[in-house]
Amino acid sequence: MTPILEFRDLSKVFFKGEQRVHALAHVTAEVEEGELLAIVGPSGCGKSTLLNLSAGLMEPGTGEVLYRGQPLTRVNTQVSYVTQKDNLLPWRIVEDNVALPLELGAHAKLSKDDRRERIARYIELVGLTGFEKHYPSELSGGMRKRAQLARSLVYEPDVLLMDEPFGALDAQLKLVLQAELLRMWEGTGKTLVFVTHDLAEAITIADRVIVMSSRPGRIRAIEHIDLPRPRDVFGIRFVPGFGDYFERLWSALREDIHQGQEV
Amino acid sequence: MAETVASQAGVESRPPIDEVFLVDPSVRARRRQTVIVAVARIALAVAGLLAWELASDRLISSFWISSPSAIWSALLRFTADGQLVPAVWVTLLETAAGFAAGGAAGILVGLAFGISPIIARILDPYLVALNSIPRVALIPLFILWFGIGFETKVLFAATLVFFPVFLNTFAGARDVDRDLIDVIRVMGASRLDVIRRVFVPSALVWVFAGLRMSIPFALIGAVIAEMFTSNEGLGYLIAVTANQYDTAGSFASLLVTTVLGLVLTWGVSQAERRTLRWRSNNA
Ligand SMILES: Nc1ncnc2c1ncn2[C@@H]1O[C@H](COP(=O)(O)OP(=O)(O)O)[C@@H](O)[C@H]1O
Ligand SMILES: [Mg+2]
Repeated sequence: MTPILEFRDLSKVFFKGEQRVHALAHVTAEVEEGELLAIVGPSGCGKSTLLNLSAGLMEPGTGEVLYRGQPLTRVNTQVSYVTQKDNLLPWRIVEDNVALPLELGAHAKLSKDDRRERIARYIELVGLTGFEKHYPSELSGGMRKRAQLARSLVYEPDVLLMDEPFGALDAQLKLVLQAELLRMWEGTGKTLVFVTHDLAEAITIADRVIVMSSRPGRIRAIEHIDLPRPRDVFGIRFVPGFGDYFERLWSALREDIHQGQEV
Repeated sequence: MAETVASQAGVESRPPIDEVFLVDPSVRARRRQTVIVAVARIALAVAGLLAWELASDRLISSFWISSPSAIWSALLRFTADGQLVPAVWVTLLETAAGFAAGGAAGILVGLAFGISPIIARILDPYLVALNSIPRVALIPLFILWFGIGFETKVLFAATLVFFPVFLNTFAGARDVDRDLIDVIRVMGASRLDVIRRVFVPSALVWVFAGLRMSIPFALIGAVIAEMFTSNEGLGYLIAVTANQYDTAGSFASLLVTTVLGLVLTWGVSQAERRTLRWRSNNA
């Protein structure tokens, strides 16, 4: 089966003023349809860049990104993207933010009733019922993430890209949202690419973890996580296999974190 | 203790106000400050008017400074002889039309600049040049082209309104969050969608700031043009009373013009608050 997303020898350079930043170097990887892939790496190693490339928002320097076997030449509207920054439209209430994708492109064909039903269903799925009429500025950080998630799911894309979605949340809330994300994802057959700098989070939720090196980002290790599903995010770190995965991946990650500190 | 619980259970519709909201020192300090500010403002106004009234003809001849009571009777006189209402009406119409025309042009050009950097680069020097023209110098030309009627005044008001609105809209369109644009493009947005759903609403905060700022300019434009063309409106009233050495009448027309400006600014602020409700709601 062709992988749903494929990175072929990707490299990317940015200009920051006069300085060149080598963000990615020879990244080759595949994302299988239906898997939950976590990408872990020190900050600044090009994780967001990789997602931006997958969404077709920028062009690779060298190499190519394939979606269902076809090279990406423009914005990839088959995926949905929860970016690192909060990006709900601040002038729209929750309900209208969630409705946004259904006003655009091919999704706009949905009938009014279907649309209303879907919006309500996904708002309920992420646990925001009762907050439909609130503006983003009236929500907590966790609730804004939930709203973003509802907005990304409402048009039922095949692939969901998430960039450090729970990075800014406190430890307890993070676990709660991980659990909810798994509950929503398990059994849907959708593909989820989840970027994080938290190794434990990656092992907790993913089928497969990719560890990236510090800048320029390369792939340092790939590991299948064969822990049973459905997973209990609160208890999984005490499951026997968890520690082994953690140690192996941590040793791959560690070298770079020390390097990063010297720079 | 038990009593409080019982009485709270009785009024379920209204959440009980915790006592601390009434007695906390910060609450009382805040309230005291509000009272002080209000009283001081009124006192200042009364004292100023009183001093003016007393100084008039005692310290300075009323020929120069008139007096509050004389201004008040001038105001009554203008109302009674039917000069005031038509003058206010004409000026209001010119101001509104100039504001609408200049504002619309400013918003359109500002958005175009924000959306297309190439347009911005091409037109930038011309706009800088236009903005440096001393605007009053245009009035004789406008009179030459359009006569001394409505159009000249509206056009002049519009030239004053255009730049602040344009500059603010441009700043707003440049300020648009690139991430919002990226995210909505991935959702399948066309270029038009991006403009309609991200650029315009996002720039609106700045647009309103520009509009609010330029209401006085619209009024100034209308009044100045009226003083030049000398046929109707509050500007004409101001000019004609001054020419007749009617100081009280001049002050009275100025007063009315000021009130008109305040009312218009208040109107735009209300529209702004309504449209930008998501901002004032910050919890
Ligand atoms: N659009 C851009 N323009 C310039 N530099 C960028 C841009 N995007 C990312 N970079 C740089 O590329 C490097 C990798 O960034 P990023 O992909 O955001 O890393 P990560 O998400 O892993 O923290 C960083 O040094 C960042 O400053
Ligand atoms: Mg990032």
